[in-house]
Amino acid sequence: MRRRLAARLLQSLIVVIIVTTISFFVIRAAPGDPFSYDSPTITPAIRAHWRAQFGYDKPLPTQFARYAVSVAHGQLGYSFPMHEPVTEALAAAVPRTLLLAGLSLALSFVFGVIIGVIQATRRDGWFDRVSSAILLFFYSLPDFWGALMILLLFAYWWPILPAGNIVDPVLHDYMGTWDAFADRARHLVLPVLSFTLLTMAGITRYQRAAMLDTLPADYIRTARAKGLSERRIIWHHALRTALTPMVALLGLMLPALLGGALFVEKVFDWPGMGLLAANAISARDYDLVTATVIVGSIMVVIGNLAADLLHMALDPRVRE
Amino acid sequence: MAEPLLRVHDLRTYFYTENGVAKSVDGVSFEIAAGETVGLVGESGCGKSVTALSLLRLVRPPGRIEPGSQILFDGRDIVTIDEKSMREIRGARMAMVFQEPMTALNPVFTVGNQIAEVVRVHHGGSKKEAWTRAVQMLEMVGIPSPEQRAHEYPHQLSGGMRQRVVIAMALVMNPALVIADEPTTALDVTIQAQILELLRDLQQRLGTSILLITHDLGVVAETVSRVIVMYGGEIVEEAPVEELFKQAHHPYTEGLLNAMPQVGHERERLATIPGSVPPPTDWPKACRFHDRCPYAWDRCSAEHPPLYQIGAGHVSRCHLADEPQRRADKHEPFVTKVMA
Amino acid sequence: MSDVNTARGVQRSLIGRLWRHKSARWAAAIILLLVVAAIFGPMLTSYTGSEQLDIVKLKNMPPSWHHPLGTDQYSRDLLTRVLLGARISLAVATLAVLMSMTVGTAYGLISGYAGGVVDSIMMRVLDGFLSIPRVLLLIAVLTLWNPVPLSGLIVLLGATGWFGVSRIVRTQTMTTRHVEFVDAARALGASDTRIVWRHLLPNIITPVIVTATLAVGNVIALEAGLSYLGVGAREPTPSWGSIFLDGVEFFAGNWWVVLFPGIAIVATVLAFNVLGDALRDVLDPRQLHGGPALPAGKPAPSSNANAPLTLGTDPIQNG
Repeated sequence: MRRRLAARLLQSLIVVIIVTTISFFVIRAAPGDPFSYDSPTITPAIRAHWRAQFGYDKPLPTQFARYAVSVAHGQLGYSFPMHEPVTEALAAAVPRTLLLAGLSLALSFVFGVIIGVIQATRRDGWFDRVSSAILLFFYSLPDFWGALMILLLFAYWWPILPAGNIVDPVLHDYMGTWDAFADRARHLVLPVLSFTLLTMAGITRYQRAAMLDTLPADYIRTARAKGLSERRIIWHHALRTALTPMVALLGLMLPALLGGALFVEKVFDWPGMGLLAANAISARDYDLVTATVIVGSIMVVIGNLAADLLHMALDPRVRE
Repeated sequence: MAEPLLRVHDLRTYFYTENGVAKSVDGVSFEIAAGETVGLVGESGCGKSVTALSLLRLVRPPGRIEPGSQILFDGRDIVTIDEKSMREIRGARMAMVFQEPMTALNPVFTVGNQIAEVVRVHHGGSKKEAWTRAVQMLEMVGIPSPEQRAHEYPHQLSGGMRQRVVIAMALVMNPALVIADEPTTALDVTIQAQILELLRDLQQRLGTSILLITHDLGVVAETVSRVIVMYGGEIVEEAPVEELFKQAHHPYTEGLLNAMPQVGHERERLATIPGSVPPPTDWPKACRFHDRCPYAWDRCSAEHPPLYQIGAGHVSRCHLADEPQRRADKHEPFVTKVMA
Repeated sequence: MSDVNTARGVQRSLIGRLWRHKSARWAAAIILLLVVAAIFGPMLTSYTGSEQLDIVKLKNMPPSWHHPLGTDQYSRDLLTRVLLGARISLAVATLAVLMSMTVGTAYGLISGYAGGVVDSIMMRVLDGFLSIPRVLLLIAVLTLWNPVPLSGLIVLLGATGWFGVSRIVRTQTMTTRHVEFVDAARALGASDTRIVWRHLLPNIITPVIVTATLAVGNVIALEAGLSYLGVGAREPTPSWGSIFLDGVEFFAGNWWVVLFPGIAIVATVLAFNVLGDALRDVLDPRQLHGGPALPAGKPAPSSNANAPLTLGTDPIQNG
């Protein structure tokens, strides 16, 4: 077990290295550099000076070497447009994305599993058909469209919830603790709702299929022959086994999840990693963009590792 | 004579499929007394497994037990009782041992847990008590170091041990009847012998009745006291085991016996029954065996034979009982004539 | 009964059963309609998508007889633009998916057939690729290499969408390689190419078809999203996403500029999803392999994904 864990950690490390390399080269290889923006006061001489100072005039492999070394020391570079080290910019934004994505993912899984199981046990019944159709609809919505429609619906046409941002930009600082908490909660509702609806659809479909695969199994028949109630058979025996592919799914979904978060954050002005990345890209903030891709990928890798561990916990067969 | 433990009367189980109605069990009646071991023999497709599932009411749609069927167990007709009462019977009064030990156990729970579950569901009581009982059962079925083994998962055990676990699971509540559906088919020959001996031993110790379902007459010879032979969804012969082997009456049983390879006869060609088992959606008319039977004459394709009494406790569904002289007329079965 | 284990057998039974699938018929009909509209539609309207008809009088007009879908803030006819958008979205998606499927299948075949060290390395690299959020990478490249022509967009979409397929193809290749009848065929003297052709291909084609269908829908949505962010198709090319972007500024007022491309996108993606689902039902893996779809054993060596649904696992959506 321990050896296997060590092997997985090593694999993950290798993956992170590969990702860092790819991201770095893709981004630095683009035409231009952080100092290409137009400004009347910046002469070519100044640009050249900056390039030399920050190492952008060196050949790419050398740049990479320097970058790799600094990353190994925990320094992810400097964000010129934001005038702060990249690590600080990210440190503020990453937890916000984690909150949004984490909460949405948790809700999606809970609802997705429950609905998927019910769909499978009453296959082709009215609940199955109706919910499948609705979920298929949500599944087919492009991320930004779904988020936009929800924003329109609940913030403009029927304005019961705030239209964006993480807290009320004006009043939050003046609120008492309880009000401040409520304020944060209210701002969370719409982004989480959008994100959950979009993610839930895929999870439910998958869970339904996994249950349908598990229910005809021999050991389910054995469970019935033991005189167990249908409820116990479904929720204790069948679901346990059907959850294992869901965990695999979790690992696979993570990259797509981060992409989806980007759209939701853009629509709702949620100051997380996605929004940060989008703005950084327009501002030619090379270091920040590279760092975002790397951090995003690390999150994915960690998520995969966690999913693997969960898989081992759930399914004793893979423990050797 | 005491009331039999199980009395099946005119059991019909039909499957309503896209290809038509499959009459897998088509009018089966038999009895099992307390403490008796009965063998149910036949090839695949004859309906024996479906009979077993019907007894436990485990037949799922599109199959169902037809109205008019009667299964009297413990004095009541379990075809008509509600599902809750049936669940109280399953696993506690009547239990089943399935064919494939590889897949019969849930892979994510320990074997101890799965046995203890039966106790907790039917008997209540604490987890500890149930676990102790589970370990006891593991010991009874001959698993070494039962306390440790109970914590293991099915994939960590060999096929033979898994089957022992399944048997333990079936017997833990001391049921009156255990149905064993091809319990040894998926196992090696040496393990087969062990499992059969285990069943015999347990049967003697606990006094359980056993319905042993198999296609292998050899298995039956060692273990049961009475044999029921099925073909085409019906019972075609029933007799005490020794009589069946010495004086089988029905041509199908004869064919089965001849087809058994015997030690000492290696040089001879293996006899087979020509033709193949017909599909349950389309049983042949009248006698269902007539097109593969070496004795058949015109009566066989016109009149469905009833169960004729041959001797004490011996019945046979064959017109030869009525016209024994026809037995001299052995010929090529119709099916081979058609094929030629 | 057709032998579903040959390529032609697969074809016959596929088309037969697809026809009987009700929702598949609807989906296919919608897609067909779309393709026809995309090809012929813009020729039938009397406007071109980019002419500003009368910026004073005709801008921001709601749907009317002359302009069934209304006009946008530059007084361009929306119907024409949406039809042109169909052309672009469908073309981009189809070409990108074609590229993804090709690259992915090749990668998977090589990795699966080679096995051993080569396979391990290839899968590690694939894991690396898979860990990068696709949208992020696309936005980064599209912005930094501004401006990217449509062909570049197609290549980028294709180059980032082949990871899921390759894994599926690899799994299938490895499974089929070791299936007994392949060994038997080899024992009978069949050459390796022949084996690949007759046995491997039908088992691979079916999941690839399903994945491809679902992928087209996904890429259309993705492309629309990129255009909405301003990095996809550029002005004045009217991809559905960029029309949307135009409308978003005014959407409280000009609901038609937001609604119609939105409907177009959703309907199209929905149609492709339904079709993909139907294809997956029809090409049930159990029919082809005769075994349970949920494997009872260990997950695949790379990452933790031995996805039980070997046909186009949607949430990977990397196509």
